[in-house]
Amino acid sequence: MQQLQFKPKSKWREYLGEKFISANALVALLAIFLIFAFIFKEAIPIFTDSFIQEEASMDKLILKQQYYEGRPAKFSWQPNSEVPKYSLFPLLVGTLKAAFIAMLFAAPLGVGGAIYSSEFASRRMRELIKPVIEMLAAIPSVVLGFFSLMVLATFLQNTFGFTFRLNSINAGIGLGLAVVPIVFTVAEDSMTSVPRSLRDAATALGANPWQVSLTTVLPAALPGISAGIVLGFGRAIGETMIVLMASGNAAIISANFADSIRTFSATIAAELGEVVFGSGHYTVLFMIGTLLFMFTFIINLSGDLVLSKLKERFQGKMS
Amino acid sequence: MIKKLMFLGLALATVSMIYANSRITIKGSDTLIRLGQRWAEEYMKQNPGVVIQVSGGGSGTGIAALLNGGTDICEASRDMKEKEYKLAEKKGITPHRVSVALDGIALYLNEKNPVRELSFAQLKGIYTGAITNWKEVGGQDARIIVYGRENNSGTYAFFKKKVLNKEDYYVYTQALPGTAAVVNAVSKDVNGIGYGGIAWAKNVKFVAVRITDADPAVLPSAETVSNGTYPISRDLYWFFNGTPTGELKKLLNWALSEEGQKVAVDMDYVPLPKERAIAQTMQ
Repeated sequence: MQQLQFKPKSKWREYLGEKFISANALVALLAIFLIFAFIFKEAIPIFTDSFIQEEASMDKLILKQQYYEGRPAKFSWQPNSEVPKYSLFPLLVGTLKAAFIAMLFAAPLGVGGAIYSSEFASRRMRELIKPVIEMLAAIPSVVLGFFSLMVLATFLQNTFGFTFRLNSINAGIGLGLAVVPIVFTVAEDSMTSVPRSLRDAATALGANPWQVSLTTVLPAALPGISAGIVLGFGRAIGETMIVLMASGNAAIISANFADSIRTFSATIAAELGEVVFGSGHYTVLFMIGTLLFMFTFIINLSGDLVLSKLKERFQGKMS
Repeated sequence: MIKKLMFLGLALATVSMIYANSRITIKGSDTLIRLGQRWAEEYMKQNPGVVIQVSGGGSGTGIAALLNGGTDICEASRDMKEKEYKLAEKKGITPHRVSVALDGIALYLNEKNPVRELSFAQLKGIYTGAITNWKEVGGQDARIIVYGRENNSGTYAFFKKKVLNKEDYYVYTQALPGTAAVVNAVSKDVNGIGYGGIAWAKNVKFVAVRITDADPAVLPSAETVSNGTYPISRDLYWFFNGTPTGELKKLLNWALSEEGQKVAVDMDYVPLPKERAIAQTMQ
């Protein structure tokens, strides 16, 4: 009979295994740091190079500029002009408009789907819904972009009579399709992981299934749901191909969601290909890349902070 | 002994054959690359022993390669800039420019749009935002939806220089990736207008263009671009370092010949008028 016992000689293997795994984790950490460092390095001339600064300094990127004498100052993105104009404000407006519409579309859909799937759906239904929604995440974004460009845009224009076929609503819904599975997956997982004891307690107090899910499960799973929404927002800000194809790419500042937009990510994708290495335009595009990186980093970080706070509040030490 | 001599002779013949092989590199404009590749294929088929490598990268890339001695032929959809000519002089390179084909930029409208012709002034107004309603240019009372290309496109730059007098595009101009996307957008948008190559048009109609109100409006076609009556057209160039000799000269003369120009037509480019092709042929 074999004795069940851990032999002492496997210790060095465990040691190596542990080091190997932590090295893997470190590589990911290092990669993120290096990516940021190299992108930022290309953007540094904005702060240091006086030749570049003449064309594109930080205040030219942020503040209103008077480009021609006798004409009012304005925000404008026209990098290939006789007088290059690099205002980031129109791009910021475009990015936020698209992400806002995407969240307006994806958050209710994702969270609603998660509630249904985890609380009300039968076992068989749930096993159908979950993989299908998650499969939405596997569709390449260029396919979603093509769909938004060819099908969705025509449908929306015919239905709502938009002046511009390609606009922030069209791009936002296209983006939303990519965001739904993120929100759904994270929200669904957090709801199904709410402990059985909480549900049982509520049921024992006489709550019906609706009351159980709305007053007990939903609040307890709120950290996970908000994390899903925050992660989805990060994706909506950074996603490139869908907005490049479906947004019209016109750098307009307006509050009208039926206007075309130009986002940060699409601008980099469209313009980096033929820009002169080391020029003002090149530097500005890398500055945009740096900003985009910082945006998503801060969004995810703040999401995490909120998440851990909420977790403490609702689940005690159960994290 | 005889065997050895024969072997030596064979080896020598092989070596000399390899050396007789001419290698030609062509680099530059993405507008011209399809034609350049087709020309290279045909020429290599007719002249075994010649190897031609064609690559793109844009006119600027091609010109830079010519100045650095990195290519035999530079394809360009624009002339060299003064700065580039000066740089060439400094590097001891004498650029020799030959027009090898023509390219016309057409303006597309939706087939339901009643507007038939536009002048340069009207086009400039539409693309800079001074004119925003079709009724200002003889159409229906509807907002003009302006489509264009991304700002890294050669067509974007050419249109801006030729029609907008280098002024900025209207901020509401929707930039689309590629001419096919522009054509598709205009074909679906009753109030749309877009620009791009003649060969790309499908389910859209062309606008006849006039320079001033006194000039006749001309529809774009291979013929009107070729004879120079259609105003928004450009030459597509080959640049050499000095006047081409040997195999390069042979290749150039073949491209300019009736046979070479027919290849251009088959590829939907606009051929040079015969007199211009003959005038540029090297003796």
